[in-house]
Amino acid sequence: MNKNNLTGFVFASPWIIGFLAFTLYPLCASLYYGFTDFNVFQSPRFVGLDNYRDLMGDDLFWKSIRNTLYLTVISTPVNLIFALLTAMLLNTRIRGLSVYRTVYYIPTIIPLAATSLLWMWIMNGQYGLLNKLLGWVGLPQPGWFSDPAYSKMSLILMGLWGVGNIIIIFLASLQEVPQSLYESASIDGAGGFRKFRHITIHWISPIILFQLIMQVINNLQYFTQAYFVISSSNLNQVSGGPENSLLMYAVYLYQNAFIYFKMGKASAMAWILFVMAGILTWIIFKSSKRWVTYGGGD
Amino acid sequence: MKTRLLRQKTATHAILIVLGLSFVAPFLWMLLTSIKSLEEITSLPVTIWPEIFRWRNYADVFDVIPFTRYFWNTLLITGLSVIGQLISAPLVAYAITKIEWFGAKWIFPIVIGTMLLPYQVTMIPVYLIFQKLHLTGSIWPLVIPTFTAAPLYIFLLRQFFMGLPTSLIHAAKIDGANDYRIYWSVVLPLTRPALASVAIFTFLYTWSDFMGPLLYINKAKQYTLTLGLQAFLAEHYTEWGLLMAASALFTLPIVVVFFFAQKQFVEGISLTGIKG
Repeated sequence: MNKNNLTGFVFASPWIIGFLAFTLYPLCASLYYGFTDFNVFQSPRFVGLDNYRDLMGDDLFWKSIRNTLYLTVISTPVNLIFALLTAMLLNTRIRGLSVYRTVYYIPTIIPLAATSLLWMWIMNGQYGLLNKLLGWVGLPQPGWFSDPAYSKMSLILMGLWGVGNIIIIFLASLQEVPQSLYESASIDGAGGFRKFRHITIHWISPIILFQLIMQVINNLQYFTQAYFVISSSNLNQVSGGPENSLLMYAVYLYQNAFIYFKMGKASAMAWILFVMAGILTWIIFKSSKRWVTYGGGD
Repeated sequence: MKTRLLRQKTATHAILIVLGLSFVAPFLWMLLTSIKSLEEITSLPVTIWPEIFRWRNYADVFDVIPFTRYFWNTLLITGLSVIGQLISAPLVAYAITKIEWFGAKWIFPIVIGTMLLPYQVTMIPVYLIFQKLHLTGSIWPLVIPTFTAAPLYIFLLRQFFMGLPTSLIHAAKIDGANDYRIYWSVVLPLTRPALASVAIFTFLYTWSDFMGPLLYINKAKQYTLTLGLQAFLAEHYTEWGLLMAASALFTLPIVVVFFFAQKQFVEGISLTGIKG
C-alpha cells in the first residue's frame, strides 16, 4: 500500500504541482489581495474592506454586472433551447445527418477572434450583410454593435452561431433514448408534447443540467468577443463600447488589473465573480432536484 | 399516412437547410469580402458578389501584417501546449483510475471543482508568479501550465480509462510488470484515440486563445495570430477586405485539421459531454 501511495503520487504529481501553484495558492492570494491596495510596483498594503466599499460606489462596476447578467440570463436559455430544438430535428432519422451535423459544428471551431471580426463586419450598420438582407424584406436596420440598444443583442445573435457543439452533445444523448419508450407512450395515447416532456426531457435532463452550468459559468467570464468589439471603436482600449453597453464584468476586471494596475480592486472583483458563480451554480443544482432525474440512462 | 410522413420529412429538411445556409452564409461573406477592394467595401449599395476580384488582398495580408511570424509564434505555443497536455493528462488520469492509493478518491472531485472555477479568480496571482520569475513577456507562462494537466483532459481520459478492462492490468501485474511499465507499454498504446482527442482540443483551444496571449505577450514580434488580428483591427478599423482575408487564413488550419480528424472530434465531444 505504501508503495502504491508513492506510485500514485508520482503519477499525479503534474496535477498536484499545478493545483498548488496555479490554483490553490492563487485562490488564497487573490482573496488576500482583495483586501489590499496593490499596484504591482509597490508591495500590497492592507486596507481592509476599502476595495469592496469602492466597488459598491462604482457605477461602471454595477454597469458591468448588469451587462453580464443580462447576457447570461438571455443567451443561456436561448442557446440551449435553440440547440435542443435543432438536435431534435436532426434526431428524426433524417437523411444527410452527417452533412447537417458538420455544417452546424464548424462555426464552433472558429477562433472567437475571427468570429468576432466576421460578425462585426456582417452586422456593420452601413455596409453589413445583415442590414442588406433586412433591407430586402423591409425590416428596420439598426446599427447593431454601435447602438447601445442593440449591442448586447448582437453578441447574443453572434453566440447562436456557435452552439454547434451543444447541438452535437444533445443529439448524441437523444440518440440514446430507447425508442420503445416512445412506442409504449403512443400506445397509451400520449401526444407529442407529453412525450417530449415526460420522456425526452426526463431522459436527457442530466446533460441539460451540465450544459446549463457550463453556459452560465462561461457567460459570466464573457471576454474575448466584447473586447474585440470594444477595441474597434476606441483606440485607447479603456472603453466599454457604446454607452458602456458592452462593458462585461471580465473586461472591466481586466482593465482594472492590467491597464489601471489596480490589482487589489481587480482581485476583489475576481472574488465577487467567484461568489456569484458559486451562488448561481448552487441555485441551479438546488432547483435541479425538481427537474433532473438520474438513473434513467447512464 | 404516407403523404403526411413525407410532408413532415420535407418540412424538417426545409428547416434544416435554411438553418444550414445561415450557418454557412457568414463564411461565404468572409470569403467574398476578402477579395473585394476597399472602395467597393465602402461604397453603397452593398454588393454581394465582388465587382472585381482583388486576390491581392491575400498577398497584402503578408505585407501589412507580419502574418508568417504570427503564424509561427502561434504554432510554437500550440505545439508545446499539445506536448504538455499529452505528457501530463494521461499520467494523472491513470493515477486516479488504475492505482489504488489515498489520492485516487479525492483528486477527482477537486478536478471537477476547478473546472467550474472562473479563470479570473486565479489570473492575477498567477500573473504575479510569472512576473517574479521574469517570464512575463515570453511564451512560457502560456506553456508551463499545460504541463500540469488541464481538468477537462483529466476528465476526458478518466472516462476512457474507466472503460479499459482491469483484468488487462492485473494480468500484466502477475507477469511482474510495475505501474510505470504497464502505463507505458499496455495502457498508453490503447489510449491513442483518446489522446488524439486531447491533442485536437488542446490545439483548438491554444490556437484560438486570446486572453492568455493578451496577458503575457507584450512585444509585437512575439504576437500570436489572435493578438495580431486585434492589433490590426484597432489600427485599421475600416480595412475589412484585409481583415477578412487575414481571418480566412487564420481559420484555414483549423478547418483543415477538422476535416482530417472529424472522428476524433465527435468521439472527444461524446467523452466529455455525455456521461456528466
